[in-house]
Amino acid sequence: MIGRLFTGLISLALLCSGCASIDKGDNSRLDLIKKRGQLHCGVSGKIPGFSFLSGNGSYEGLDIDICRAMAAAFVGDASKVQYRPLTAPERFTALKSGEIDLLSRNTTFNLSRDAAGGNGLTFAPVVFHDSQRLMVKRSSGIKNLQNLKAANICVGSGTTTEQNLNDAFQERKLSYTPINYQDLNQVIAGYLQGRCAAMTSDGSQLAAARSSFPDPDQHIILDVALSKEPLAPASVGGDQRLGDAMRWVVFALIAAEEFDITQENINSKHQQAKANPQLSSLRRFLGVDAGLGQKLGLADDFVVKVIRATGNYGEIYNRHLGPNSSVTIPRGLNSSYRKGGLLISPPFN
Amino acid sequence: MKRSQKFYLQFGLAVSLLIFIGILIYNLWVNLSRTDMLLSFRWLEQPAGFPLAEHALSYKPSDSYIWALCMGWLNSLKVIICGLLAATVLGILAGTARSSRNALLRALSSGYVALIRQIPLLLQLFFWYFAGFLRLSQTPLAPLGTLIQVSKQGVELLGLHLSSEFSALLVGLSVFTGASIAEVVRGGINSVPRGQWEAFRSLGLPEGLGLRSVVLPQALPAILPGLTSQYLNLAKNSTLAIAVAYADLYKVINTTITQTNRAIEGFLLLLISFLMLNLLITGGMELLNRLVLKSQQSS
Repeated sequence: MIGRLFTGLISLALLCSGCASIDKGDNSRLDLIKKRGQLHCGVSGKIPGFSFLSGNGSYEGLDIDICRAMAAAFVGDASKVQYRPLTAPERFTALKSGEIDLLSRNTTFNLSRDAAGGNGLTFAPVVFHDSQRLMVKRSSGIKNLQNLKAANICVGSGTTTEQNLNDAFQERKLSYTPINYQDLNQVIAGYLQGRCAAMTSDGSQLAAARSSFPDPDQHIILDVALSKEPLAPASVGGDQRLGDAMRWVVFALIAAEEFDITQENINSKHQQAKANPQLSSLRRFLGVDAGLGQKLGLADDFVVKVIRATGNYGEIYNRHLGPNSSVTIPRGLNSSYRKGGLLISPPFN
Repeated sequence: MKRSQKFYLQFGLAVSLLIFIGILIYNLWVNLSRTDMLLSFRWLEQPAGFPLAEHALSYKPSDSYIWALCMGWLNSLKVIICGLLAATVLGILAGTARSSRNALLRALSSGYVALIRQIPLLLQLFFWYFAGFLRLSQTPLAPLGTLIQVSKQGVELLGLHLSSEFSALLVGLSVFTGASIAEVVRGGINSVPRGQWEAFRSLGLPEGLGLRSVVLPQALPAILPGLTSQYLNLAKNSTLAIAVAYADLYKVINTTITQTNRAIEGFLLLLISFLMLNLLITGGMELLNRLVLKSQQSS
């Protein structure tokens, strides 16, 4: 018995030696990305509108465009991205072990994940303000949480979704039975087959899932927000240069919409800025007046490269989640502050 | 080679192996401390905060993580023990049917083994769950009156409620492992000399009685080792439970890891729990093996 245990332990040790290796010297991960000429981006790959394998075999979605914008800024080419599809429980270990450079995988920004005593990540600005919701069948007549008392609820495991659901029901002193599936596709299957009265996930994911149902209008998303889910890209904490660069790439997407700079007019705006010395804020933003990009360790014209590759935030949103896309989610909180939304970029000074 | 040379060679090998293991552990420790992932188990006493659909003992979300893990372990144990029993019965039936005189029985059993062994277990679990139990109606079907009722919500067996997740997992595991056990049993029966069959038949014993009292006891020593490894497989395969939403140990650890970010500790606990569980099964089977051999030597 002891001998067998010992052999088992050796194999465990062998396994573990492969677990972690990361060069955390003085070099920023940003230098490694530039040297490699390619960005390793952790994504979900399973959520239409955010990251989903399209018909031609490439990934598409809002999260994917964030990866592409980062690659455009860091290595100057939006196509130089290697996508790593990750499950929810895998994602932070993949980041910490250095398997990926950054995470653009509908990850909720919260204290435990940000703090050094928790996951110790660094979050870029929020790219999608979401909230956890419940979806029920229209015919069920369920209108609020009280109607779901003692019901079965289909929920994915390995996400904060489970915790939020529990908090919301406990607060209202309601009981329920969670049916925990491993990933969203199984949650959907369980819900559609009638195992549960309701399924829960982030509102965006529910809308994305519903878009692929045979009868989308037979399902309603309840108007009860179980949580705030600000989704943001993340990198390993303690790497200020990479964190800063990511932060300002996202701000560049938001600021470009504020400046009305689009994929279409970026070249003319660039020319305009070059020709008119009095447009100083535009010149700084587009890197005509050098300095800002350098401070981040990026090319001075990184904003131009980013906008050429993906367009501004509004364009990215409309491409994947707008009224003409297959997954339609009203912009709501994700509008620019000028239209009553929450998106605002600090000045590029 | 002289004896002393042999000794030095072995000693040298042992030392280098130990050094190698030492390097691996040191490497792990350095890398863990570098990424601030050093092991800690204090979080086990904090409240878990998530409910479980099934729990053998009283459990509420305000109980500690360690209690939640215990519930998960008990859930695993429940499905493993039920699975072992069901798979054994199924395997012995199918295995002995292979040596039956009845051609239909033989064909049925070889068809079962052939079909089940070619399809991955995960697919079979999905089948039993999504195409099996979840296709049932909401109102219970009662083929045998109040004895057993089946519906989308699960099985009511003699007043005992088994969820559809548990039932699907149990059926999937037992059917899958039963097919492998059938082969082990068939191999054991084939190892008994043909003459033994002829002997009991010539004595006028009925087929079933002869099989039970003459052939199977002699086949047992050949069956037991194979059976042990099938039992271990079943125990390990039970971690696929999460695919059909059953709250086994793996599922509870999965949720725990997400909430506490203690991935390495979580997986260590998982590894140790399964190691213990499988050592128990192996130990039990070894004991059984010894008893069988002893009783045969004495008879």
